[in-house]
Amino acid sequence: MATEAHGEETGGLVFHPLDQFIVKPLFGEIGDPVSWYTITNVTLWMALAVLAIVALFVFGSRGRAIVPTRTQSIGEILYGFTYKMVEDVAGKDAIKFFPYIMTLFMFILFANYLGLLPMSFATTSHIAVTAVLALAVFLTVTIVGFVKNGTKFLGLFWVSSAPLALRPILAIIELISYFVRPVSHSIRLGGNIMAGHAVMKVFAGFAAVAAISPFAVLSITAIYGLEMLVAGVQAYVFAILTCVYLKDALHPSH
Amino acid sequence: MATEETEVAADAAHGAADAAHGAAEASGAGMPQLDFSTFGNQIFWLVVTLVVIHVVFTKIALPRIAGVLAERQGTITSDLAAAEELKQKAVDAEDAYKKALADARTEAQKIVADAKAEIQADLDAAQAKADAEIAAKTAESEKAITEIREGAADSAKEVAKDTVTAILSAMGFSADAKTVTSAVNDRAKG
Repeated sequence: MATEAHGEETGGLVFHPLDQFIVKPLFGEIGDPVSWYTITNVTLWMALAVLAIVALFVFGSRGRAIVPTRTQSIGEILYGFTYKMVEDVAGKDAIKFFPYIMTLFMFILFANYLGLLPMSFATTSHIAVTAVLALAVFLTVTIVGFVKNGTKFLGLFWVSSAPLALRPILAIIELISYFVRPVSHSIRLGGNIMAGHAVMKVFAGFAAVAAISPFAVLSITAIYGLEMLVAGVQAYVFAILTCVYLKDALHPSH
Repeated sequence: MATEETEVAADAAHGAADAAHGAAEASGAGMPQLDFSTFGNQIFWLVVTLVVIHVVFTKIALPRIAGVLAERQGTITSDLAAAEELKQKAVDAEDAYKKALADARTEAQKIVADAKAEIQADLDAAQAKADAEIAAKTAESEKAITEIREGAADSAKEVAKDTVTAILSAMGFSADAKTVTSAVNDRAKG
């Protein structure tokens, strides 16, 4: 049915809400196989995210001005915001993970906002990307937990404040919730971004019908505004959950 | 797979196959997110991206921003200290000014009081002198008046004696001068 839909200009309602997520090579034929090193639209939009980050944080602050320029000020605000978040949520001893969390946070933030540009490609809408991000956090947190606390890290699962009889049950629940973390962590981000973009595409399809196109255009505008919020909030949620998990790893006692 | 075959057939009929979409459909059951053939690519580029961002942050951006923020904090602190110092100076200057003003006022009052006292002394001296002069003049005048008065009384007695003697002689009496004089003197007293 997809191909039939692709039979260009059949008139009426034509929905391809998921086509925007297709990973395709930038150079060469569309149908070319995508191997791990192929330069694809993923490469392009991740590179743009890197460029945007470099532009904001490196070129924006190159004046090292005491009275900052506007660009430098934005960079400083993001720096201060993330730094304070790490310090407040994960604790003072988590500050050495600040560059790590800053990297994740800024990548997701910039990828989310770049994905909102029309005709762009939202890298964070892909479960492959968010899963790697979430697994990286999960592995980091688990390794840090064991390195810092040794077997005491397992105390995270053994709720010593609960009645003894309940503890094994709670331990199972805690264990499950611990291993579900990377799943929820990744699907929350990827799902939010994907759903928002797909909904906008669906409304864009409705805009082709004259009778409802004003409503569709208004809806797209409204949803775009909502997605602007979601892009920031999801990046923030990802970062703050990383901080929360990190706090668990550094201080496993409840 | 059946769908796939019908699609292929449809494609053949249309003569316009969209290979990319077909490929995505084939391996992703409709969702490009679940097209596992692109996972390697995405993960590879993601890792490259994260490493680049992390290097940029740790080597350049974060130390630089931290430096700028620390420097700004330092500047603000020292500026505040300088401001505090200047404020103290201003307060000191105001105190000195007020003190100078008070001193000047005291001095002015002193000068005024001195001048007043001096003038008073001069005035008192002048008054005393004038009073003395007036008293002297009054005494002198009184003396002159007394003299004149006495002179006038004597003249009147003389005239009276002469008149009395003349009248007595005209009436044919003669009186000695001594009796006349005592009679006139008695009359003048009374």
